[in-house]
Amino acid sequence: MREKLLLVAPELWRALGETLLMLGIGLTAAVLLGGPLGVALFLSSAGDSPRGQRAGRVLGWLVNTVRSFPFIILMVALVPFTRIVAGTSIGPLAAAVPLSFAAVPYFARLVEQQLREVPRGVIEAAEAMGATRLQIVMRVLLPEARSGLVLALTVLAISFLSYSAVAGVVGGGGIGDLAIRYGYYRFETDVMVITVAILIAIVQLIQFGGGRIARRLDKR
Amino acid sequence: MNTTIAPAPLIRLTHASKAFALPEGGRFDAVRDISLDILPGEIFGLVGRSGAGKSTLLRMMNLLERPDAGMVSVAGQELTALNPRDLREARRRIGMIYQHFNLLANATVFENVAFPLRIHGALNAPRLKARVTECLALVGLLDKAGSYPSRLSGGQKQRVAIARALASYPAVLLCDEPTSALDPDTTRSLLATLRDINARLGVTIVIVSHELQALGSLCHRAAVIEDGRLAELFDLGDHSVPRTTSLGRELLFYSAEARADAPPGELHA
Repeated sequence: MREKLLLVAPELWRALGETLLMLGIGLTAAVLLGGPLGVALFLSSAGDSPRGQRAGRVLGWLVNTVRSFPFIILMVALVPFTRIVAGTSIGPLAAAVPLSFAAVPYFARLVEQQLREVPRGVIEAAEAMGATRLQIVMRVLLPEARSGLVLALTVLAISFLSYSAVAGVVGGGGIGDLAIRYGYYRFETDVMVITVAILIAIVQLIQFGGGRIARRLDKR
Repeated sequence: MNTTIAPAPLIRLTHASKAFALPEGGRFDAVRDISLDILPGEIFGLVGRSGAGKSTLLRMMNLLERPDAGMVSVAGQELTALNPRDLREARRRIGMIYQHFNLLANATVFENVAFPLRIHGALNAPRLKARVTECLALVGLLDKAGSYPSRLSGGQKQRVAIARALASYPAVLLCDEPTSALDPDTTRSLLATLRDINARLGVTIVIVSHELQALGSLCHRAAVIEDGRLAELFDLGDHSVPRTTSLGRELLFYSAEARADAPPGELHA
């Protein structure tokens, strides 16, 4: 067991790095693109202009469509797109493309849900004071929902840790891929146990960290 | 109009109407063709049973509810004709407080009061700090500047809301059932604060409330709203004409009682 561990240690390290790289890119895309998309979903459904509501329905439909794809199919379907964006269709960078693609609508829905928790009256008070739409988003919605948003990001990170395992199919690498290759294809149970243990540790760490930050941010 | 010059109204509603579509189809006429003038410096009460339309009427005065028909003017400006940008500007001068306070939970008391000043970028940092401090002192909460609203009592939260509403020097303070979530003692002290603000700063106050006793002692004039219509409007000091609505009679009773109890000079004539 011990020498086996030493044998796979470099590979474990590399896999860990790949996993963090994929997660990092996916989560960044989720926050930068999914965040604004979530705000747009919320505003269009909460607003009373018919044009906004129509735009919201189109956005909602798009989000649902992307989210209906099983991840592995999305990944394969996106290969041509991935080649354009990442220059290659294999490796962690390539795998990060479909991961980001799936993470954006997922996070958008989580953001929309969290913004719905902000009391209507608080938004109305800002309107009554003469705040612009952008000011309401930046100074009311996001700060008031901030602890929920951190928890949403936590949920996203943990889901995508397990999605990233599927990325092994396109040679994405990562811890999950290691578990599949050694444990599933080569029946090396001990390596699989180690990798799963590492995954458990990462999940616990993300959940613990996210929960802590969320609690500190919550002044309600 | 006779020979005495009437002061120009601060708020004028002209044939204002508003209906809401009901979820099960059909429509609910919340406000039906109401015309109303509110004078600068007065405390004006709006009373009526639940669903009579008084809150909708109040919310028309800053266009939180846009009338389907009719006009709303505040300080000579026709709100219903303004573009969104000018409306935001006009709303700076119309403060509002609510039954459930509507404070930002994740912002300190100081930041809550600073909010209207920041969104309009009206003051530089030292002047903003001075103004927030001034407003908090006015409602007696200077020591709570660094606290979060969740640490305050209901009465204190409403005082923060008042300070926030006053921060940008409003001409009007709209009060939507401001004491409904408060106990009787807190209600009394909050009403005293409103009276004080009206007397010292000259801010016009329009208040919607179910508490007739509170309104009777606070208001100069009041309107009774029934079924979305203006049923009667009268001066609370005027006992010469018998009131036609039961709410009107009750209001006058409380007003007379408050006047009898209070030492002279503490109530407005």
